[in-house]
Amino acid sequence: MNDRQTKDAKPVPPSVVRLEAVGLSYGKTRAIENVTLDMRPDCIIGLIGPDGVGKSSLLSIIAGARVIQQGHVEVLGGDMADSGHRRVTFPRIAYMPQGLGRNLYPTLSVFENIDFFGRLFGHDRDERRRRIGRLLDSTGLAPFADRPAGNLSGGMKQKLGLCCALIHDPDLLILDEPTTGIDPLSRRQFWELINEIRASRAGMSVIVATAYMEEAAQFDWLVAMDAGRVLATGTPGDLLKQTGASTLEAAFVDLLPEEKRRGHREVVIPPRQAQDETAIEADHLTMRFGDFVAVDDVSFRINRGEIFGFLGSNGCGKTTTMKMLTGLLPTSEGTARLFGRQVDPNDMEVRRRVGYMSQAFSLYSQLTVRQNLELHARLFRMDADSIPGRIEEMARHFGLASLMDALPDSLPLGIRQRLSLAVAMIHSPDILILDEPTSGVDPVARDSFWQILADLSRKQNVTIFVSTHFMNEAELCDRVSLMHAGKVLISDKPAAIVESCAATTLEEAFIVYLKKAIGDKEATPTADSGPSSLFATEAASPRPSAQAHKTRSFDPRRMFAYTQRESLELRRDPIRATLAVLGSMLLMFVIGYGINMDVKNLSFAVLDRDDTTISRDYVLQIAGSRYFTEKPTITTYADLDRRMQNGEISLAIEIPPGFGRDVMRGKNVQIGAWVDGAMPARAETVLGYVQGMHATWLTQKAREVYGSAATASNFQLAIRYRYNPDIQSLVAMVPGVIPLLLLMIPAMLAALSIVREKELGSIVNFYVTPVTRFEFLLGKQLPYLTLAMLNFFMLTAFAVFAFRVPFAGSFLAFSVAALIYVTATTAMGLLISTFMKSQIAAIFGTALLTLIPAVQFSGMIDPVSSLQGAGALIGRIYPTTYFVTISRGTFSKALGFHDLSAEFLPMLIAVPVLLGLGAALLKKQAN
Amino acid sequence: MIRVANIFHLGIKELRELARDPALLVLIVFAFTISVYTSSKAIPETLNRAAIAIVDEDQSPVSARIIAAFNPPYFQKPRLISQMEMDSRMDAGLDTFALNIPPNFQRDLLAGRSPTIQLNIDATRMTQAFTGGGYVQSIVTSEVNEFARRYRAAESLPVDIVMRTRFNQELNKGWFGAIAEVISSITMLSIVLTGAALIREREHGTIEHLLVMPIRPTEIMVSKIWSMGLVVLVASALSLIFVVQGLLHVPIQGSVVLFLTGVALQLFATASLGIFLATVAGSMPKFGLLLMMVLLPLQMLSGAETPRENMPEIIQAIMLAAPNTHFVILAQAVLFRGAGIETIWPQIVILLAIGSVFFFFALQRFRKFLR
Repeated sequence: MNDRQTKDAKPVPPSVVRLEAVGLSYGKTRAIENVTLDMRPDCIIGLIGPDGVGKSSLLSIIAGARVIQQGHVEVLGGDMADSGHRRVTFPRIAYMPQGLGRNLYPTLSVFENIDFFGRLFGHDRDERRRRIGRLLDSTGLAPFADRPAGNLSGGMKQKLGLCCALIHDPDLLILDEPTTGIDPLSRRQFWELINEIRASRAGMSVIVATAYMEEAAQFDWLVAMDAGRVLATGTPGDLLKQTGASTLEAAFVDLLPEEKRRGHREVVIPPRQAQDETAIEADHLTMRFGDFVAVDDVSFRINRGEIFGFLGSNGCGKTTTMKMLTGLLPTSEGTARLFGRQVDPNDMEVRRRVGYMSQAFSLYSQLTVRQNLELHARLFRMDADSIPGRIEEMARHFGLASLMDALPDSLPLGIRQRLSLAVAMIHSPDILILDEPTSGVDPVARDSFWQILADLSRKQNVTIFVSTHFMNEAELCDRVSLMHAGKVLISDKPAAIVESCAATTLEEAFIVYLKKAIGDKEATPTADSGPSSLFATEAASPRPSAQAHKTRSFDPRRMFAYTQRESLELRRDPIRATLAVLGSMLLMFVIGYGINMDVKNLSFAVLDRDDTTISRDYVLQIAGSRYFTEKPTITTYADLDRRMQNGEISLAIEIPPGFGRDVMRGKNVQIGAWVDGAMPARAETVLGYVQGMHATWLTQKAREVYGSAATASNFQLAIRYRYNPDIQSLVAMVPGVIPLLLLMIPAMLAALSIVREKELGSIVNFYVTPVTRFEFLLGKQLPYLTLAMLNFFMLTAFAVFAFRVPFAGSFLAFSVAALIYVTATTAMGLLISTFMKSQIAAIFGTALLTLIPAVQFSGMIDPVSSLQGAGALIGRIYPTTYFVTISRGTFSKALGFHDLSAEFLPMLIAVPVLLGLGAALLKKQAN
Repeated sequence: MIRVANIFHLGIKELRELARDPALLVLIVFAFTISVYTSSKAIPETLNRAAIAIVDEDQSPVSARIIAAFNPPYFQKPRLISQMEMDSRMDAGLDTFALNIPPNFQRDLLAGRSPTIQLNIDATRMTQAFTGGGYVQSIVTSEVNEFARRYRAAESLPVDIVMRTRFNQELNKGWFGAIAEVISSITMLSIVLTGAALIREREHGTIEHLLVMPIRPTEIMVSKIWSMGLVVLVASALSLIFVVQGLLHVPIQGSVVLFLTGVALQLFATASLGIFLATVAGSMPKFGLLLMMVLLPLQMLSGAETPRENMPEIIQAIMLAAPNTHFVILAQAVLFRGAGIETIWPQIVILLAIGSVFFFFALQRFRKFLR
């Protein structure tokens, strides 16, 4: 309805997104507070603000990936709370979540990644190939089509993400911080690509969240956010005018509420007194990891007290260079000197002069602020007496005094960064190495952080070596180095660099140098197949495929998309693949030999104090049995004690002196037997055997002495051990173990396959694409079903050929039952996954949830018929019960379909019930 | 040069971190209390409500006497079935035992014709088949003998065998279960705690931090081993004193101190193994999967659950390389049989050797892992 109304109201172009009083909480934290917005179509809309202000949450709500808790959200003319509208709209929306390649699959190649998305949108093979070819050409990724996504540089990952997002020609493109952490050239190319796409596809709207204000200045319309609220909206010009600031950054600070701005002032770094003492010197540093050159012939010199900036994208070699300078990594070539002394990785003294602060926050979050400071002070071998004083001093200096007993996780990011810096400074180092210290920190906190750095440099003469990808931070440095792909492109004063290329900003200058360095060939669109060809087919037929597929409620193609991807991933993960293929074999081997109730090779020894024919005859009776192995005779009681104590013998027999004589005379004699009771089960068996053999010996002897009449008993008990006449443990165990293994491992792997996506974030692809719950579940189930059947055949073969367990019944019946059974067990894993959040919980949770009912209540040990109460109920509905009966029936009892038909039905019912429950409980949106 | 102070401070840090990790704390407490308690109490009696069916073709006083003799808790009330039902019921796994009393059994018995009762046992149910068979046999024999007592007495040789069970006179399985669980908890926790400590450090990025400080990899590794080992050592000692001895009243024959010395050596080896596995896995989920594949063989084939001599020789030989095998021998000797150092010194020497090999192997891996 809504749809029609908005379309009819032609004159004003309908909003692409309308938010009304939208609110969102994570537990007690309020992420979004009453946001009302109206976004015009056909333009780039920017969400600006630091990390954690609610930008990402807002975008995920717009994309339909998150449940709307409060308010009303309308996207592309329909209510996003309505799942029907979402299904119709998903083919028109593309969503790229935050984090480099977070919705990509790192082990899959570039081509496979895009191909997966193509399948999700129901494109057939030819269409996919055509579209992927075009996307790869226009983004310059074509030469890297076979490279795993995990091995791409940041910029390339983002381009790949874009390809995946654009495969289905969306009308609305939602990008969450698409350029964070990538180099300026890639960033620029990324935006050029977006602009070209927009030019070729009129009417496409783009919503972008970004932390880079320079970038935001280019957008059509901005939404400034802080603490879940909208501070202001308008074009960049509007915002500047409103605040009277000269840059967006300054404008944003002005827009912040009063209490946040308090104490904020522009960073002032006084000019540096020229000093010639060299603090850090890198001389032709090179670092190779195998074939890969991480750092290539880097040289520079940093003076004492200087703030030296290292500018470059993620993975360009900044961190490796820093590690070599601190002596953490031995250099492949070249030398590094600190204060004129060559750095030696084994020289612990050097490390004490260096303070290091790694990327993001990486202190111990389970230690309080004070404990963190204390630990580092101790590890830097500070004098124990001076530590408390120094900690007080640092606390005062960095404004942490009131927070000393707080846990870092409870502190805002800006304060945590100050804590990191305090920790790095605790031992008063001469050199401070900071690896991207301010990413994600809001502008006010960032400025105060830089003010501290300035004071350290100018007042305490600390040499500061800082890496960043923010241009405005780089401008604060005394000198900067531009780094790319392991090489330093230039080192100079920021102003001098800008001047040298006749650029207006440092960013432009950087781009000039980057282009020069890479010769403009890598990762740039080829001239003839420009992005204009991206949507060449558009005008003629508007989205034919998407139209055709969006109404179908079950599309095998989308299901197989997940199947195929899952199989590829599994194949490339050695640990999971090993468990999947060999895990059950290994466990069967272990259980088969580990839980063995046969008793044989029992060691015994004799203290024969008679040593006559009769006593030797008695011993021979035991030694001759296949259950016992005789050890050297016991000499004394002490010997007996010792040998029983160290477990050498589990049975000792003592025959008294005069045994033979007394027996013949009919005098009562006693033989002593000592049994090791440490293992009660074994001891019981030993007792049984010994008594049995004693009785046999008596009967034999009695027959010799008194003649055969003496032993006639009054009735016989004929015992038939059926199905397993030799009463072998393995024959009894193995048919019970196979159902157990076909339950636990397939269920665990199936559960992991979904929980993994939840944990890694790629589950969002399920949230925002037209895939239905059943397609997703069945698609995930198929590969594990196949694997489980493979396991089944391997286990059966192993049982028959390696363990020599006879198989007497119908193999066909057994296989069909196994297929039904593993369908049920993998479905059980999928069901379990719906209420598991982390992989580790899924592993142990699935093990517990499957093993206990299977072992206790499924007739593996006690028959279900001897269970009572809840156990009996579980036993009756648990599929394992029936498969255990079928397994034992076909293995040992020579049964077939006909005899076991009653056991198939319950399993056949379990499959749809489990799958249906799984689908019902699986959430199509995040909470 | 390795600095003891660093190892000490880093270890204290590990302990503080562990103190704030509720999941691991719960795991430790659970493994050494509830788990030990239930393993002791819930060892399934091998015979519990076993299903027995009787085909009574005699319908005589003696057969009624036999039927009446089977009672819970060992047996369910016998189900009276016909000869025809017997096979199909056993095929379907409904009955573990089926007793067939032939027609005219009583008459033949009294006439001294030595009639035969047939006992069918489903030998695919290993646990019940063995012990249950014996029970059925003795029940039937005593009932029939009692009935027929007045008729005859057999002559026999005057040789008795006096059976004495040492170390656990009553063959109380609960004792065995409790100690076996303590042993397996020690192995499991030492691997999990050290492995998790390393992976936690890796996932939070704090390992980077340690590396820039004047600390050596050896110091980091040793600190994790001593701190997590200490936790397990203390927990196992408390468990032994309060749960095993206090709550479960299991008598401990030997010296607890000697046992704890063995535990310390075992921890040295398994904690190193934990570090090694963590470097191979790299992330918590993979560590969990690896654990499944390593822990189970380690525990089931070490002789803690079933006697080693039952296993094929090749497995016995391979398992000699595992610390668990020697630790189990040591633990059983000390705790059950009261063995002293003069008996178990070989195990101590071997454990020390295996531990050292594991430690250096893990250290090599750990150094590479840090790069």
